[in-house]
Parts: sequence; C-alpha cells; structure tokens
Amino acid sequence: MNKVKALIITGYGINCEEEMAAAYRLAGAEEEIVHLNDIFLGKCSIHDYDILNFPGGFSFGDDLGSGKVLSNKMKFKKLKSGKLFFDDIKDFLSEGKFILGVCNGFQFLVKMGLLPNTNGKFEQEVTLTGNNSGKFEDRWVYCKLNENSKNPFLKGIDKIYLPVRHGEGKLIIKNERIKNEILEKNLNCLTYCDKEGKKTSEYPMNPNGSELNCAGLTDETGRVFGLMPHPEAFLSLYNHPNWSQMKRNDPKISEDGEGLKIFKNIVEYILRKDAKNAK
Amino acid sequence: MKNQIQLVLKDNIFDVQGEKIEGSALSFLNIKTGKIKTGKIFNITYDLSKEDIQKFANLGLKDEIIHDVYINSFYKNSFYKSFILVSKLPGVTDDEGVSAQKTLNDILDLSLDTNTQHIFTDDIYLIEKQLPNDTLRTLAEKLLGNKLIHHFEYGKFTGKIEYIPEVRIEQNNESETIDLNVTDDELLKISKDRLLSLNLEEMKAIQSYFSDEKVKEIRKANGLPENPTDCELEVLAQTWSEHCKHKEFAAMIHYKNLETGEEEIIDSLFKTYIRKSTEIIRERLKKAGNNWLLKIFTDNAGVVKINDESVFVWKVETHNSPSAIDPYGGAITGILGNNRDPLGTGIGGGKLLFNTNVLCFGPPDYNKELLPGQLHPKRIFEGVRHGIEDGGNKSGIPTVNGSIIFDDRYSGKPLVYCGTGGVMPYKFAGVNSWEKPIDDGDLIIMAGGRVGKDGIHGATFSSAEIDEHSPQSAVQIGSPITQKLLSDFMQEAVKQGLIKCSTDNGAGGLSSSVGELAQISGGAEILLGKVPLKYANLKPWEIFVSESQERMTFVVEEDKKEALFELAKEREVELSDIGKFTSTGFIDVRYDNEKVILLEMDFLHNGVPRKYMKAEWKKPELSEPELPSNLDYNEILLKLMGSYNICSRENVIRQYDHEVKGKTIIKPLMGENGKSPQDAAVMRLNFDSFEGIAISNGICPKFGDIDAYEMSAGAFDEAIRQIISVGGKFPDINDKTNRFWTVNDNFCVPDSAFDEENNPNGKQKLAKLVQMNKALFDMSVFYNIPMTSGKDSMKNDFKAGKVKISVPPTILYSMVAKLSDVRKTITSNFKAKVDLIYILGKTYNELGASEFYKLFDKLGANVPKVRKENAKRLYEKLIKANEQNLIESCHDLSDGGMVVAVCESAIGTEFGVELDVSEYKDLSLNAILFSETHSRFVVSIKPEKKGKFEKLLKEDCMLIGKVTSDKKMKINFKEECVFDVEIEKLQRAWEKGLT
Repeated sequence: MNKVKALIITGYGINCEEEMAAAYRLAGAEEEIVHLNDIFLGKCSIHDYDILNFPGGFSFGDDLGSGKVLSNKMKFKKLKSGKLFFDDIKDFLSEGKFILGVCNGFQFLVKMGLLPNTNGKFEQEVTLTGNNSGKFEDRWVYCKLNENSKNPFLKGIDKIYLPVRHGEGKLIIKNERIKNEILEKNLNCLTYCDKEGKKTSEYPMNPNGSELNCAGLTDETGRVFGLMPHPEAFLSLYNHPNWSQMKRNDPKISEDGEGLKIFKNIVEYILRKDAKNAK
Repeated sequence: MKNQIQLVLKDNIFDVQGEKIEGSALSFLNIKTGKIKTGKIFNITYDLSKEDIQKFANLGLKDEIIHDVYINSFYKNSFYKSFILVSKLPGVTDDEGVSAQKTLNDILDLSLDTNTQHIFTDDIYLIEKQLPNDTLRTLAEKLLGNKLIHHFEYGKFTGKIEYIPEVRIEQNNESETIDLNVTDDELLKISKDRLLSLNLEEMKAIQSYFSDEKVKEIRKANGLPENPTDCELEVLAQTWSEHCKHKEFAAMIHYKNLETGEEEIIDSLFKTYIRKSTEIIRERLKKAGNNWLLKIFTDNAGVVKINDESVFVWKVETHNSPSAIDPYGGAITGILGNNRDPLGTGIGGGKLLFNTNVLCFGPPDYNKELLPGQLHPKRIFEGVRHGIEDGGNKSGIPTVNGSIIFDDRYSGKPLVYCGTGGVMPYKFAGVNSWEKPIDDGDLIIMAGGRVGKDGIHGATFSSAEIDEHSPQSAVQIGSPITQKLLSDFMQEAVKQGLIKCSTDNGAGGLSSSVGELAQISGGAEILLGKVPLKYANLKPWEIFVSESQERMTFVVEEDKKEALFELAKEREVELSDIGKFTSTGFIDVRYDNEKVILLEMDFLHNGVPRKYMKAEWKKPELSEPELPSNLDYNEILLKLMGSYNICSRENVIRQYDHEVKGKTIIKPLMGENGKSPQDAAVMRLNFDSFEGIAISNGICPKFGDIDAYEMSAGAFDEAIRQIISVGGKFPDINDKTNRFWTVNDNFCVPDSAFDEENNPNGKQKLAKLVQMNKALFDMSVFYNIPMTSGKDSMKNDFKAGKVKISVPPTILYSMVAKLSDVRKTITSNFKAKVDLIYILGKTYNELGASEFYKLFDKLGANVPKVRKENAKRLYEKLIKANEQNLIESCHDLSDGGMVVAVCESAIGTEFGVELDVSEYKDLSLNAILFSETHSRFVVSIKPEKKGKFEKLLKEDCMLIGKVTSDKKMKINFKEECVFDVEIEKLQRAWEKGLT
C-alpha cells in the first residue's frame, strides 16, 4: 500500500518542523521537511504530497505581527514557473488535498485568507493577535471538539489536552456576518474549555481571550485546519506535565500522546479516501 | 524624508499593549497616564511611487482586521493630550524595519537592497492625560525605552515626526600610527584614552616588541611604520583582554592562610584546579578504555560522546556588564551569543537542544537611592527576562531550566548566566564533527549580520568596572531571526560538507575569531575592505574589532566556495570572502592596498606578561544568633514560602517556551495543574529512542559569606543531587555506555586584584576565589565529574564616584548527565495518598546563611558542609532504589530546608502531609525544620515497599510521615503540633512572592 506523503514547510524562523515530521512518521506517513524557498525555486512541488503542513515558529521574528511577513511571501511571491505560489495552493486544495497549520502556521493560514474562508474568496476574515494577558504563554490547556465539525483531523476526539506556546493567539473576527457563518457552518472546530469540557473565556483556561473561545478553525470542506495548541508537542505520554502520576494511577497507560491521534486520524482518513477512489 | 506609514489599532480593538503600559506606569513609577493608544511608524527612505507606498501599506503592513493605516499623515485625536515617540538611535538593530524591507520586495516584486537599513520603525504612544515634560521623560526613559539606544520625543503631538536615525559618519577611514617611544605615564594615558584596558606592564611589553630590531626590519620590508598602527594596538588589547586571555585565572598566585600560617604558590588557578581535575578524569577514562571526553577547553564549547552516532556539545557563558546597562539587549545578545558557541564548535552547525538561564538580581523591592547609571533591580529583572524570552523563543530553543537568586549585592551588576546545549552527528561528511582542521590556503568566510560600530570595546569593557561614562557602543540588540537563518543554513551546509570548520564572532569580533583560528594553520591574511558594512566610513580597526552580532566565521576550501555561496543565497544568508589562512607565522591585515596589521602570531597570543597576585585568608569571626523561643511556625513558613529566593517562578517560566522541539520530559513545573516545582530538567534526545539527558544548575553564593570552600562544594553537590533526584546514575569509569557527566564551571567574582586605594580587601577576595577552586577540584575528582568548558568574569563591580557595589563571589556549576531511559525518571511531586514520606541524608545543625536566619536578618556561623563520602554512599543507594522502582517522588533539599521541600512536593497536588519529626536526635526544632544541610532529599514511596526500601537505605533514611488527602500540612514534634496550615494557603503565599 502507498504511504501518505506529508510535506512539512520550514525556513525563515519556522521552528517546529522536526516534531511535526516525527508526528507523521509515528502516524505511519512518509514525511519530508522542505525549505519554502526550495518550493519557490521549483526544486519541490507541493502537488507531490497529500498534505501540506505549516508548523509553528517565529517566522521573521513575528515582526509586523505574527505570520504576517511569511504570509505576504506566500501570497505574493511567484514560483520559478511564473505561477503565484498562492494559486498553486488553491490548485492543491482543488485536488481534494489537505492543509494543516499549527500556531505560527495557523497564523499564516488566517492571514493568507485560507481560513475560515467563509465566502470561498480567500480573503482575510479573521486575525490572530496579541494575547489579552499581554504575555507569551507556555501552558497546557483543554480544548473541546465541536461535534458538528466535519474536520477529519479531530475524529473520535471529544476533548484534548495540549500545550499552547504563543504571544499572539487571540482570534478576532472581522464582523458579525463572518462570526455567524463560522458558527452556522461549525468552522470553530476546537474551543478552549475547562477540565470538564465546558467552554470558557476564563483566563488561563482560555489563554489568550479568543473570540468564541476559539482554539482552532477549519474551512467548509474540513480539509484546511489550523489551531493554536501544538498537537505535535504531545506525541508521547512523557510530554504530559503529569505523566508520572498518570503512570502511577494506571501502570498500563498507553505511551502514545493524545496529540499523535490527530496525525493518525488524518493519515488514516487519506488512506481510506485513496482506497475508496482506487476502487 | 521620503514616506511615512503609521499603523494604529482601530478604535474598537482592545489595545493590550497600551493597557499593560498604563498599568506598569502606575505600579512601577506611580504615574497616572489615563488611556494609552499605541501605534507603529515606518519611515521609508527608498524611492517609491505613491501607488507602491499605498500597496505596501495596505497589503504588506496592515492587518485589515485590526489596523487603520495613515500614509504621510498621522492618527490624531484630541482625547489624547500627550505623546511619546520612541525611535532607535542610529545604528541600533531594527529588525522590524528589515522585515518590512523584505516584505516590500515580496509584495511589489522588487529587488531593493535589504542588507542595509532603509526602513526605520518608531513606536508612538498617545496618552490621555496631559503630563508635564519631565513626567513624560521619566515614562520614556524608565518604562518605554533606554536612552542609550533610543531617541525620544514627547509633549503635545504636533502631527509631525522628522527624526530618522540614518547613520552618517564623516569620511575618516584611515589608519593612524601611535608613537610608543614615550614615558610610562604617557603609555598609560594611551591605554586609558583609547579604552584599551592594558596596564603599564602590558603596554611596556608592546613597546618593547616594536623596538626590537628584527621586528623593525620586517616592518620596514613590508612597508609598515616602526610604531604600531591603531589597528595593531586594538587587536593586541582585544586579544590580551581579561575576557579573552583569562589573565587572572592564569596568574601566579601567592596564597597565605593567616589562620595556619601556611603559604603556597599557585601556578594558575585554571591549570592547577580546573584543567587538572578534568585531565585526571580523562586519564582514568582512557585507562579503562571508555573515553567519552572528546574535547575539553580547546574550542568554543566542550564535547562529549553520546553514542556512535552523536555527540553532545554545550557551553555556559555570562553577559553581566551589558545586562547592567541595557537589560533586554544584554540578555538577548548573551543568549544568542552563547548559542553560537556550541554552533561554532568543531566543524559547527550542531542542532541546539536547550537553553538554561541562571540569574542573580538585586531584590525587586530595593529601596536605596539609585547611583548614576544604575538601573533599578526590578527593571533589570524584567528586561533580562524579556531578553531571554525573545532570545530563546524566537530561535525555537526551549529554555528548560534555570534559577533566580536575589541579593542586595547584585543591585549594581546583575549576573546573567546563559547556557546552551546541542547535538552534532558523530561525523559530518565522513569527518569527526568536533575536530577543527585548518590548512594553509583555506578561505576565511564571514557569514551573517553586517558590521557596524556595535559593541566596539565589548571585550575590554566587560573586563572593567562600569561607570557613568560607559561607552554607548557597548550596547547591542540581538536579532534572533538573523541568527536563526544563519544556524539553519549552517546545518544544511555542514551536512553537505561545504564548511571545513567554523567559529563564532563574539567578543573581539573578527580580530578574535580569525586570530584564534589562525593559530591552527599558523597565520592569516585578511582584507578588511571586503567586509560588508552596515554603513560607510568605519575605520579599519573598528571593522576588525567590531562585535556586531549574529556572525560566524567559516573555514572553507576553495573548491567548495561556489556551492556554499549558492546555498547561502538561497537561504538569504550573506557571505563574504575576506581572506585566507596561511602558515607564515604572521597575522597580516590589509585595508584596500595598505597593510594595517603585521604581527607575529606568537607575540599576539603568548606575549602578554604574566600576572602576579596575592591572596590572604582569615576566617571571619561569626557566631550563631539567639532567636526568640516562642516562634509562630505557621507564620514563619508562610513568610519563607513567599520570600524572594523560594517563591514560585511560574510567571517567568510560562513566558519562556520550555517545550518547543517536543523533547522536554521533566519541565520546570509539573503535576496535574502544572504547579509543582522540579529539580533537574529532563529531555529526550530524539523521537526514536528514550535516551536522554538531565540538566541541573548548582549555585548558592550566600554560603560564601561564611566559607567560600563550602559554598563552592555545596553548589557542586546541589547540581549533582538534582540529577540524582530525577533518577540520574553516577558516572562510572568502567561503564561502557558513554554515561557522561559534564560540567560548565562559571565564576563571577568582584575585582580581586589587591590595590591599596581602590581595592584594599582584594587579597581576601582572591583567597575566596582560590578556595572555590580547591573545592571544584576536590569534588570533581572525587565524583569523576569533569569540567568540559567554563568561563570566568572577574570584575563584577558597579562603580559611581566613590561608591562601589560588588557582587559576592559566585560560582555556578551547570551539569548535564546522560540518562539511558527518560521514562524511568522521577518527579518531585507526591503521587498518591498514604505514600510514606522519608528524609534521606543526615541533618546537621547548619542554619548558617539559611533562608530561615535571613528572616531575622542574621547570618550565623554554622555553614552547611559537604560530606562527600556520606553523600556518595546515599546517592548510590538512591540510584539502586530507583533501579528497583521503589521511589514515587523525590525532591532535593535546598533553600529553606526540610519543611520548604516537603511543602514544594505537596504544592500542585491534591494531597497534604502529616509528619512527626520527634525522631531527630540532638537537634533543635529550628535545625530540624530549616537547616540547609546539603545532600538530602524528601522522597515518597508506596507503603508496601517500606521493608525493601528501609533495608536498602538503612541509616540514610528517616521515616517522617505520610501523604494525606486533607490538603493540609501538619507537623508534630514531641506530641506538640508545630504546623497546621492548608497547603492552598502556603501555595498562595508561594505564588504571590514575585508578583
């Protein structure tokens, strides 16, 4: 059977590419880390892959706002072939393929207009900006899945505990119309919540003051997914801040981290989809 | 002025930054500002059309959800009565400007020059209240910026901003000659006027070199003047600086113990204690055939073997002086500069795995009047913290471990220790990664940031006391993004075998990096005219010694040059070919066609005269204090938990990314709610195995007030016991699995050179330094734990007029030990109710310099002593207990003693404790509870393991109680209840200490 091929973008200050690559490897996919400029130079084509990943980091040091400079690059720069990279991404999506952005990657996706993209025109409709605490925050938070979301990445997950590590994770939505569309179409697939799974705007459970307590968004197809928390930082039980007590309470506990599930989900989904198409 | 673009938040968007500043103005400076609106201004000097500016502003800069944009006009609103503009001074790093330049090219499909500054950014603050100018100035200088790097405008906003910090230097790039045929006084004057920090003896050594007939002949034949050029003097001053040559650690010391009358001559502290101890251990390892010590002391960082595939490389540095005058800039350049040490070790290009930071500050509530040039400790704390945050987070390197210590004596010069560890493959393209081969004819390639006036005289500056006239060029701001691109590029280049070896450009700039590398091949030829500059008209000597950041020097073979330059272009890293290595025995530097330096390598590196110093030791007369007998222990414990040296660091820790890379297994705070403080940090090394490392820091300067030897030994023990606490195993000479332990020793001491007038107690200070070194040696060879790298900072005094604030002699031992399986490590928090609680290790009446005594403002006399034989016996038993899975939690005892440690193990859990401490013999209750005896732990075990555990630990353990479910701390002593407090209350006190 063919393996799912995951392309992980790096360069310009992106810094979570290795754990993202490990996530796909552990999920059974074939992964490759590629410098964004090698795509511009035509050394690598995104179309050779099933899923395009934008990992976290501090691209261009968050100058001009997180993700701004790199999203400008991706939106306005041409490939060696003369085609706009952004058009190439749209074509990639129209082939039915997938895009994941985590943290800084999520910030590119919203600033490029790939998320939530309620009107299909790829315009910026929301932004991610400075946390209400005025601080960078590294802390673990609970997130609740929107059960009506079509997002295949989150299948079978009800609530997930993940680290956030950002200074600019507060979602602001351009206007009421877009907010309503997000709600109606269930694009707010992941929401900050308390330990019991109840959505909350209370700090620090909601670490940034996001509108709709939003931790992650998807587009209408469910094939573009962005989130602030880092699933690739919870691949192993031993990433959990309380792993040692959990192991004491349940010596047989799985050594996989909950974050790995998201990658396994999408890899399995693509495999099943491909198998169906092959029939 | 060409064009200006301003971004402000739309009026309906909450201005987080503005509100934060409003709050800080009130709490730090007691200034009521009313509402503050922040904005960003881009001053653009590129020649651009109106349409292009429009497009750039709206597409490139504006976030359309939150921003309003103004082009060649500014936001105005009569609601705001005052304003402050914060611009950068000429030549100060402006990363945002550079990023704007890059995005401008992307948006408009242009190829404008982005290597020099054409977009200058300002911050503007609109303030509701109409404030007088001196209040605005206070706000500007004390909260919003630093006058050493910023230009301020304030008052009522007129709607005009004209200032642009373009660098303009009068044409004067000639080299001059300095006449050394002068009197001694004049020699000293030359050293002082040129900020050379060379003493008379050193100046005379230079004088005599240049009057040597053979030297004269060679100079004449090469067209150089008889007298030295300014370049030559500068490169000698850099190379001979305390910072680079460690003259005091290399000095001959006459040590006299006034107690015993014993005298000894110490032929270099470094050789006698530091290098010697490691050499002894290396011999032992070699004999047993297990030498994992691959590189010690001879490169930017030490290297040890992990396994046949990889090596570990790490270094801990200090950046104290720069952090005293610009805390943010000092700390960020400190951390980025330290990153370049492991990055530039051997061939270079290793992957950086973690940062650690240990900080010593004055107390945040410091209320003495500030001296000229002295910043308030609270401001230094916040600035340094922020610098570490940006330096680590923006580089994608987790800050996994650290410590903060408060003491009045750090109020002048703070100590900022930055450590970085990394991993290199065992071989790059078939060559051992840690080796540094250089041959005649290899090219010298400079990479990364451009050269400006930054940090000129940095190396000599850190070797001198700070005063109110410290040079402005000493301040630099690091650029993490420039360095990230550079280090990513290096990783690719070394894999392809394009770089033969590398080093970083730190203190002393090119003069020091090339100067040091040239020792390997035996000479170098440098063409200064080829060095790319940030702005025109630097003098040749300035180019050579400039400490502009984010630069590396590569050694490259001619036939690899093209491929290397091609890759660099693709990765947006600027490279320049600035000369070649030779074997002539000379360092030969030219500017255009003129020779500006021709110095014998041997004189440059070995010509510095040896220092002779005197040390005298007399024990201080101290006694134990009398304390009141009717103490309220609940209240004391609450005070202790909230005291500066014990309370929670959560606010700091959460602002550092401590888990990027996904490999942090024991983080600084653990447990269900992420509240429980831990000992050493634990990281795994990759995703395919559970092999890992533990990282710890031992530092306890307070004990040095009683006994410097015990202080140093105690710090060493603290670092060891933290690693043992998380489950580390001792190094074993006969172990075949490369179970390495490695230490970076880091001395920060006050000026210890005796001077009757300026430093009358210099001999005593030097004696303390000697004792600290003796302890290092004793501990190191006893445990077989080697130093693989280290650093000394010798002049940690802040001087203003006649007043001097000197740090206490301080030693930091940073330790890393290899772990075979991170899944077997132990955290400090209690795991389950009814688990039994033990104290391991004997407690002595050692309250001297304890946090408990500090509450009563007493020092005491009974300093904690390290009993290393006993400690080792206990550690070995604990290691066995871990192998048998007997331990549920383990926490080492340090500041505050036993009760504080037990309390910390309960914080953040759903449990309480019930203890009875009546079993202790011959000890006062105060000593039982608060003594800070070293080499002790609080552990918890499952009740069913009691027999097995006690049989193993025997006399080294004492059962004191159990974990309970009632969330209270209860302690009985001889049937009397001494504590009965809710853990939550203790936790609140602990969490409030630093907020």
